[in-house]
Amino acid sequence: MIAKTLFDKIWDSHVVSSIPEGPDVLYIDRHLIHEVTSPQAFTGIENRGLKVFRPEKTIATADHNIPTKDQHLPIKDSLSRLQVEKLTDNCKKHGIDLYGLGHPKNGIVHVIGPELGITQPGMTMVCGDSHTSTHGAFGSIAFGIGTSEVEMVMASQCILQPKPKKMRINIDGTLGKGLSSKDIILYIISKISASGGTGFFIEFAGSTIRALSMEARMTICNMSIEMGARGGLIAPDDTTFNYVKGREFSPKNADWDKAMKVWSKLKTDNDAKFDRELHYKAEDIVPMITYGTNPGMGIKITDKIPLSKSLPEGSRASFEKSLAYMGFEAGSSMIGKKVDYVFLGSCTNGRIEDIRAFAGIVKGKKKAEGITAWIVPGSKLVEKQAKEEGLEKILNDAGFELRQPGCSACLAMNDDKIPEGKYSVSTSNRNFEGRQGPGARTMLASPLTAAAAAITGKISDPSDFIN
Amino acid sequence: MSVDKFNILESAFVPLPVENVDTDQIIPARFLKATVREGFGEKLFMDWRYDEDEKEKDDFVLNNKKYSGSILVAGRNFGSGSSREHAAWAIYDYGFKVVVSSFFADIFKNNALNNGLLPVQVSPGFLEDLFMENSKDAGCMLRIDLPEQEITILKNGRKEKFDINHYKKECLLNGYDDIDYLLSMKEKILEFEKKL
Repeated sequence: MIAKTLFDKIWDSHVVSSIPEGPDVLYIDRHLIHEVTSPQAFTGIENRGLKVFRPEKTIATADHNIPTKDQHLPIKDSLSRLQVEKLTDNCKKHGIDLYGLGHPKNGIVHVIGPELGITQPGMTMVCGDSHTSTHGAFGSIAFGIGTSEVEMVMASQCILQPKPKKMRINIDGTLGKGLSSKDIILYIISKISASGGTGFFIEFAGSTIRALSMEARMTICNMSIEMGARGGLIAPDDTTFNYVKGREFSPKNADWDKAMKVWSKLKTDNDAKFDRELHYKAEDIVPMITYGTNPGMGIKITDKIPLSKSLPEGSRASFEKSLAYMGFEAGSSMIGKKVDYVFLGSCTNGRIEDIRAFAGIVKGKKKAEGITAWIVPGSKLVEKQAKEEGLEKILNDAGFELRQPGCSACLAMNDDKIPEGKYSVSTSNRNFEGRQGPGARTMLASPLTAAAAAITGKISDPSDFIN
Repeated sequence: MSVDKFNILESAFVPLPVENVDTDQIIPARFLKATVREGFGEKLFMDWRYDEDEKEKDDFVLNNKKYSGSILVAGRNFGSGSSREHAAWAIYDYGFKVVVSSFFADIFKNNALNNGLLPVQVSPGFLEDLFMENSKDAGCMLRIDLPEQEITILKNGRKEKFDINHYKKECLLNGYDDIDYLLSMKEKILEFEKKL
């Protein structure tokens, strides 16, 4: 038998047919949809006189466009409201379960999938959102698609997709103080660049990864797209199975035992070959922050911004454009730079462990003057848990407010926009120009680093705040 | 929705020598609230094209009258970031039929192909030549030959082959649609589902 990677095993078992010199017809186990990238796809299949082929394998939520305050009121922005209403109509028409605005389990699509047990090992999952890679943390093949592809899946539960190449990134060793999985992934992206993973599907492996919780693993797989990769995945283990067990949609009783027989075999064979393999040591990883306008422009928080001349000639103009946008000088230190906004949330870092980490640092302290902070849970269930655990109280005592769930300032489609020229330390995934609002200047970091900035009003090393 | 056919195109091009042009630049998220595919062209590169008072920024290539044509030539890693197909729609709706770069992000490339927008990946050296020729003559013409998978700088005859998946090439040449193909596979899909 040929040794196979975990990725091969899942992919190959989902190929309905292969087009010679073309893509594979890949069967999709779960299709997640949201209000922004689905309306044109619904119109597309309706124009062909079709209904959604497998509505029971399709799950919908409203997340990108929704406000994070006063969710009981009608959405003020008429276009956003229309889009959310359109989703509701479409779901009703096609018989799709909708966790829409006002639903007690509403939330960001990549937070609720795992939370409800919809995401399971060995599955193929797609969504019209690039951060679908998040679900790979469970040992599934999950990737973002465009609206034409959403339409394909609606019409046939399949997608035409060329098989990507395979890369394995191994991280071994023990993470130091003040570090989280966000630092691991920002570190890797800074090493291989925002395009270093393009064309690949990445398996993350090694003792450091094995020691991470499911939520921390999700943060890593979530950002695999930020190095250009099609997706990232992690072989399921006891941490995975313990997380999945007992959730609303996870298999029960005899079905669970049956599933476990399959899931426990989901790992890369010893002799399997990858097209590319990289190794990193956890001991080399430090708190990271980005200084530029793509996620590959990250450095150790205590380092200085690189000099233009340290880069290849062809890249200097883009680098300088980026620094000009950020209003930063090459060679200057990140520590001590002024911060105006702090955003904790998104499908990258909007889960309960992230809120706990943030609360752990701000507990007993006060929000710095001049800081506006948006603490946005990833789902209604995360919000509920944060209240029940007393995290909201800790946040309130320190001068922070827990908002309602949604994608929020990660992409600023709703009112949560960072004003032009202002500096934001954000736990989200993209620091592109204007991503958090026109002219907004984003620095990506971990929840711990965000918390340290929130109480000091400037870029600060989170390890100084951890006992 | 079927795609427009593509065969051979001769055109001048618009140079955008910036690396890592992400889909948030191509079409900012605040314009993703539409429920139809049309009309995104006027929002293409919105924040690079217009200032906060919606006045055209003179220094941006799309506002520079000396550049024209239905080919956009951009720096490496074009289309990174969000999966929003609105990026491909916006470029196509604006009037571009081809994007040339030395490297494309995966999802963007698929989205482009699914909408009849041809991504042409060239070597870094060829890309540099394109920018250089354009700086000498803004009307510099290119020929994009899909059947031959070849891009040519007409003035000096310099050419390079480009890759495209055979299936996708056929789709573009004939205006075929993936969904029609998938629907024709229904029997096989139902057969596959029995094994689940």
